[in-house]
Amino acid sequence: MNRIEERFRRLRQEGGKAFIPYIMAGDPSLRVTEDLFRMLSRKGADIIELGVPFSDPLADGPTIQAAAERALSGGTTLRKVIGLVKRLRKSGEETPVVLMTYMNPVHAYGIERFMKDASSAGVDGLIIPDLPPDEGRTLRDIARQRDISTIFLLAPTSTPGRIGLVASASSGFIYYVSITGITGSSLRVSSEMKKMVGRIRKKTDKPVCVGFGVKTPGDAAAISAFSDGVIVGSSIVKMAHEKPGKLPGYIRSLRRAIPSGEGGL
Amino acid sequence: MKKKRGYFGEYGGRFVPETLIPALEELDRAFREIGKDKEFRKEFSELLRDYVGRPTPLYYAARLTEHLGGAKIYLKREDLTHTGAHKINNALGQALLAKRMGKKRLIAETGAGQHGVATATGAAFAGLKCEIYMGSEDMKRQALNVFRMRLLGAEVREVPIGSRTLKDAINEALRDWTTNVKTTHYVLGTVFGPHPFPTIVREFQSVIGKEARGQILRKEGRLPDYLIACVGGGSNAIGLFSGFLKDDVKMIGVEAGGLGIRSGKHAARFAGGSVGIFQGCRSYLLQDRDGNVLGTHSVSAGLDYASVGPEHAFLHDRGRVKYTYATDREALRAFELLSRFEGIIPALESAHAISEAVKLAPTLSKKQIIIVNLSGRGDKDVAHVARIRGIGDLL
Repeated sequence: MNRIEERFRRLRQEGGKAFIPYIMAGDPSLRVTEDLFRMLSRKGADIIELGVPFSDPLADGPTIQAAAERALSGGTTLRKVIGLVKRLRKSGEETPVVLMTYMNPVHAYGIERFMKDASSAGVDGLIIPDLPPDEGRTLRDIARQRDISTIFLLAPTSTPGRIGLVASASSGFIYYVSITGITGSSLRVSSEMKKMVGRIRKKTDKPVCVGFGVKTPGDAAAISAFSDGVIVGSSIVKMAHEKPGKLPGYIRSLRRAIPSGEGGL
Repeated sequence: MKKKRGYFGEYGGRFVPETLIPALEELDRAFREIGKDKEFRKEFSELLRDYVGRPTPLYYAARLTEHLGGAKIYLKREDLTHTGAHKINNALGQALLAKRMGKKRLIAETGAGQHGVATATGAAFAGLKCEIYMGSEDMKRQALNVFRMRLLGAEVREVPIGSRTLKDAINEALRDWTTNVKTTHYVLGTVFGPHPFPTIVREFQSVIGKEARGQILRKEGRLPDYLIACVGGGSNAIGLFSGFLKDDVKMIGVEAGGLGIRSGKHAARFAGGSVGIFQGCRSYLLQDRDGNVLGTHSVSAGLDYASVGPEHAFLHDRGRVKYTYATDREALRAFELLSRFEGIIPALESAHAISEAVKLAPTLSKKQIIIVNLSGRGDKDVAHVARIRGIGDLL
């Protein structure tokens, strides 16, 4: 059982829901990312998603595109992001880490070598938005040997057949994309969303977390009522860039909105 | 030839966000249906004749042949199609397909603007809404085509991010499609992207090769020795080559050599790239060691792209097609040469193919035959070339 599975086991026991913030590694520097990570961890993040910058992030909206550009111009690479995780783990950080990266950086690194390095650094899971499970069999097999979770995505357009396939291929949790769109689009929590999450949960016991466009504590609270966790990305990335002083307060308000279980904060 | 569905050897696949997978499956089904639908095929072939102007001629370029003093050069005149390039073959086909699928809106990326113009034309023909994504850099160098698209009723969306060229326009088009997938069909313009696009575009462009094969047999009583086509994504090349793959005919794909391979400013994926995964498929890619996509350069917007169709990657590895490149300077020289000797102003993209014929023909005997795919006409490039030649801003 890796850190992600362990975390969900505990949350389920205690009736809590996962708060999963996303930050772009290296925006504007890995130094700052390290500090942000520690802050998120202290403030009760259950899992932290670390974005790996890529030149052509086709699933991302303008906020994360701009963050990736800043990170790349600072020289951030997949290799350095793995190095950051290693440093964090050495210093005793135990919050589960999921890398969100596009496929080509992993392909260029070499899938086997990447899994070996990521696993020994203390990475717990992977989200690859341009890798549907049909194309990810090899990667999944290698990840499993290293006890790294492979988190695949479902969307409002997903058919029952896709739900079955993605649910069985995913480990750690399933990422439900709240809207037909890219990261940072505006979100309206709807009965349709709730229905889709319900449909997925009928097919699997694996945790289902919802992300894309989640912004306000109100959204987060509403979504956590019918899912296993809430992922918040663009609005955190935006605030970290524009008003970093306000970020800790914002994180606190999100954490409060998502039930953390009895053993939580 | 294809082992795994959607693959050409180890190239191709479907590397896109999950949101798009159902749309790709729907598209694949609809495409296979029209393949079996005699009515649709009849309607489409009538349109190719009456609206597009097919078959396009296979023209013997006598003065160019004489000037070069070697093999006979034939030009497949895709420049004479409605809208002035081979792109219409595919765009019209996909527009009809989209209408049949009940989509209300077409989107497309464009580099040189030819595919944008073709898609805008298809949309006007089929009565669909249309938005075209185009990099700001390309909008500047292909201003005429921007105006043409607007005239045809399409909205042209400027893409001011990244390298501001074709690859960035594709990213934006994919983002739009991800957001509006229920109502919108993405008319991908080349044999690239996630399955089934490379197969669909190949099918719609295969008319070029089918015609050329019949035409050369009628004119010469035999098959050609060489085929030459420029390769950006590679749709005009696949269109021509596909008619001859089983024959004993040599084929050459010409990439954009830009300022030369050593300068790093080019779009020669086979000469300067390595295998990667980009914008939906696995193929050759210009990338750095960390897997980030490199900027490209070519005088021709339509060849200025970091990756290449997966079937080309397959044909390259098998040795079936030889890939080479022409530099900006060579292409410009060929642009002027064809204009002067034949009275045909080629697109700068097609001028890359002409340039290879200029190198190859003198090394062959006068009995040998080369077919060059003249994929588009050069009106759109005249202002750009004038600027390069220091004649000033014509537009």
